[in-house]
Amino acid sequence: MDTHPPQAATAGPSPILECRNLSVSYETRAGLVPAVVDFNLTLMPGEAHGLVGESGCGKSTIALAIMRYLGRNGRITGGQVLFDGRDLLTLSPAELRRVRGADIAMIYQEPMASLNPTMRIGRQLAEVLTVHQGLDRASALDRAAAMLERVRLADAGRILAAYPHQLSGGQQQRIVIAMALLANPKVLLLDEPTTALDVTVEAGIVDLIRDISAEFGTAMLYVSHNLGLILETCQRLTVMYSGEAVETGPVDEVFRQVRHPYTRGLFASIPVPSADKASRPLVTIPGQLPSPTNRPRGCYFGPRCTFFEPGRCDDAAVPMAQVSRTHASRCRRIAEIDWDAPPAGAVTREETTIGRTVLQVEGLSKRYHTVRANEDLTFEAREAETLAIVGESGCGKSTFARILMGLDQATSGSISLMGEELARLPVTKRDRVTIRSLQMVFQNPFDTLNPSQTVGFQIARVLRRFGARMSETQIRERVLELLDMVKLPRDFAGRRPRQLSGGQKQRIGIARAFAGDPAVVVADEPVSALDVSVQAAVTELLMDIQRRNGTTLLFISHDLSVVRYLSDRVVVMYLGRIMEQGRTGDIFAPPYHPYTEALLAAVPIADPTITKRKVVISGEMPSPSNPPAGCPFSTRCPYAIEDLCERTVPPAQIFGEGHAIACHLPRETLLAMEPIIIAADSLNEAHTHHA
Amino acid sequence: MARLIAKRLGQMLLIMGVTSLLLFAIFDTDQFRRQIAVSELGGFGVATLNAADYEGWLEKKGLNEPFLSRYVTWVGDVMQGDLGRSIEKNMAVSTLLADRLQRTAILASCFFVLMVPISLTLGVLAGMREGGRLDRVISIVAVVTTSIPQIATAVLLTVFLSLGLGWVPAKSAMVGGFSFRELVLPLLTLLIYDIGYVVRMTRASMAEVMSANYIRTAVLKGLAGSHVIMGHALRNALIVPFTLIFLQLNWLLSHVVVVEVFFQYSGFGRMLYEAAMFGDIAVLQAATLVAVAVAVISQLLSDITYILLNPRVGAAG
Repeated sequence: MDTHPPQAATAGPSPILECRNLSVSYETRAGLVPAVVDFNLTLMPGEAHGLVGESGCGKSTIALAIMRYLGRNGRITGGQVLFDGRDLLTLSPAELRRVRGADIAMIYQEPMASLNPTMRIGRQLAEVLTVHQGLDRASALDRAAAMLERVRLADAGRILAAYPHQLSGGQQQRIVIAMALLANPKVLLLDEPTTALDVTVEAGIVDLIRDISAEFGTAMLYVSHNLGLILETCQRLTVMYSGEAVETGPVDEVFRQVRHPYTRGLFASIPVPSADKASRPLVTIPGQLPSPTNRPRGCYFGPRCTFFEPGRCDDAAVPMAQVSRTHASRCRRIAEIDWDAPPAGAVTREETTIGRTVLQVEGLSKRYHTVRANEDLTFEAREAETLAIVGESGCGKSTFARILMGLDQATSGSISLMGEELARLPVTKRDRVTIRSLQMVFQNPFDTLNPSQTVGFQIARVLRRFGARMSETQIRERVLELLDMVKLPRDFAGRRPRQLSGGQKQRIGIARAFAGDPAVVVADEPVSALDVSVQAAVTELLMDIQRRNGTTLLFISHDLSVVRYLSDRVVVMYLGRIMEQGRTGDIFAPPYHPYTEALLAAVPIADPTITKRKVVISGEMPSPSNPPAGCPFSTRCPYAIEDLCERTVPPAQIFGEGHAIACHLPRETLLAMEPIIIAADSLNEAHTHHA
Repeated sequence: MARLIAKRLGQMLLIMGVTSLLLFAIFDTDQFRRQIAVSELGGFGVATLNAADYEGWLEKKGLNEPFLSRYVTWVGDVMQGDLGRSIEKNMAVSTLLADRLQRTAILASCFFVLMVPISLTLGVLAGMREGGRLDRVISIVAVVTTSIPQIATAVLLTVFLSLGLGWVPAKSAMVGGFSFRELVLPLLTLLIYDIGYVVRMTRASMAEVMSANYIRTAVLKGLAGSHVIMGHALRNALIVPFTLIFLQLNWLLSHVVVVEVFFQYSGFGRMLYEAAMFGDIAVLQAATLVAVAVAVISQLLSDITYILLNPRVGAAG
């Protein structure tokens, strides 16, 4: 506790929240494991500070340590947390309660889980005021109702009387935000507040959070893995790696002048609009996060760093070094590294040639009672092509995948795979050749491997099932080849899934899918459960294998950045219908379908050289059991034409080769649309020239 | 809710019909008829009967009528509230049943009055701080008590409390009228086992709720610990135990057999045991109907409580 603050007190306004040499450890059977080491933070009143890093870097632990809520096995082992000059770590339980929820409030990742399921919203909101400000129930409810309007929730009366499950995810998160703001706190801690939400809903919440800091003057600590979100919401950021802050500074400066190899690696692995799978592919960070019990000597990032220098980077703990007055980095070699050089390890690729049509979907519809899960889907996918199916939850993309894989049958329409009709053929009735030629990579690598069998056995099982006549030696040889293909060491064949990281498991999932040399692979959100740097590696791997084998890849995703990066063509779905389809370049440039436009505008982009045109859409996706008779997007569309859009299904208007937009807007209006993403050209040029 | 109740009662009638039919079919064998004759006339008596006399005896008892017609008659009688006569006790089954059920109801009420508050309190206390000292003590004791079979508990309690300390009588026949002292041993035997079980369930539910995110929300709102427990944790944590408590009614009905027979307490369980040993079919049939009714109604109550306590289900149903 007697460590001195690292920086001298600055003149001017005093910080509202300060962490000084904060260290947190968790008690485990192996002893005390440090989760956060010597963390420093200065948060000024009204300032928004982003805390970025991948899972396990300690960013959420910091937020919870500030609140002194670390569970039974968490310990703050050193340092200070100063709120308005008072050390929170020395407060009595009663004093701490007066700070929590009143001076510092928190907003959580999963709004549904963060609200009490058996208590009405009104009571959950009101108790903040009855406890902290001694209000009676009635006036507390009045204040709560007023706060609901400020977080832009209409119909306060109904919401206050509702239980959490009766509200949508976006509404729930607005409730959590309202709850945090009720006592007018000076600091808000936001722990991945939009991660569980859909993109267009996320955009609304991000907008709200930005307005709050302006309107209420609340200082914010914004914990996120998403650099794009941090760029949109914060003035300063700190990048965390393995429990340490590795780089900190003003957002704009850090984004433009990265001064730590890890931050640089993170940026290189994000599919920003300037990335391109052929000319400027993603660069992945080699290796893995060290386990907290076994961190390397010296720089924690050392073993994965391309600039690692033995004897200097691994001799002793690396201190933070100032890059400028406001910008610091925990790197010994700041001055020597050429930060403007393109990241090493970038491999450019040839453009692939797209072949004949492999998969033809025609007028496909699927209804569950009144729910229209898929409605009149028509598109095709060709050999060696990556076709992305994009949409938010409830758009019907996963239903389509289930029908394609034979786990469900279509109500009407057809799916033809190289001439074979599959729309109503369950997987149990498909022959081996069909099953073998149509494989899937699943979203969650943690649940799709059998925990009790070795990885090699599970891949071998697929080979045997596909009935290829192979001897045991040949099968073993092929398993090893497949491990080579997904870039895993051969001895992984003898490991069990729990010994593998998430990214490694997904590589096994890919090896399994490609084992039978399929014609079509369906990848349902294959990287969304993985960390950013791992996402890049898995995405690149998937693409490499697909291109080498000439496989058709159906890439199902909600993530437009990844889609833009790897797909050749895109199908945009909303509420069971196709809104727009076309080549990737056509989808990401005007003319847009109004929904595509909203979706593009909603995606946060981690590139300060890019500006986005703002598009405001209201509300949330209507219930799939009661969709509008006409265009499903008409209830939220800013361009909706009265008496037309909500009644009549729009026709598909054709723009260029295979680019179809299902919309009632006049052709000229669509053609006159402005681009959503505008690159500041000069800067962007400089960027690509380096590459 | 009304639909659920109607559905469950319909199920109840169906199960009653099927089980009684099955029982009738089982008892409709020559072997069983002869056994009844043996129980009533004695082995020697039956042996001396010639075939015609035996037939005559069956005729008199109405045992040789065709199976279906006897079943239909029985169903008709039951509808009118006539449960038949006990061959063994030679009295109307309804009278016997009413008396025995009343005895067991006394035992069961005392059981629930003690079991519910004790196990919920202990379970909540243990689950509040999972892994804490209180939790460890309560959990270990609960595991021990649920691990001992009731017959062993009954013997141990008799040895210590009755034969050793002489606090309570060893048997609960209540020959001299109703006595609370005689109720103590059977009650304790049942409680010791079941409290352990319900405590463990309550503890698990409470521990799960305490680690839920909304409890973190409540704590970080600045609520005091007691407010978090009483206002936020309790209702969620008690949903599962409450539904479980109603199911204990059904559990109790089968477990009173051991306890009542051991302590000679003349309740429903002992009646069931004696009727089964004797082959007293009318009593067994009536007891089966009661058991099915208790099973279905306790489940119904359990479902209704769940719906009332859990707004998520209430909205959907």
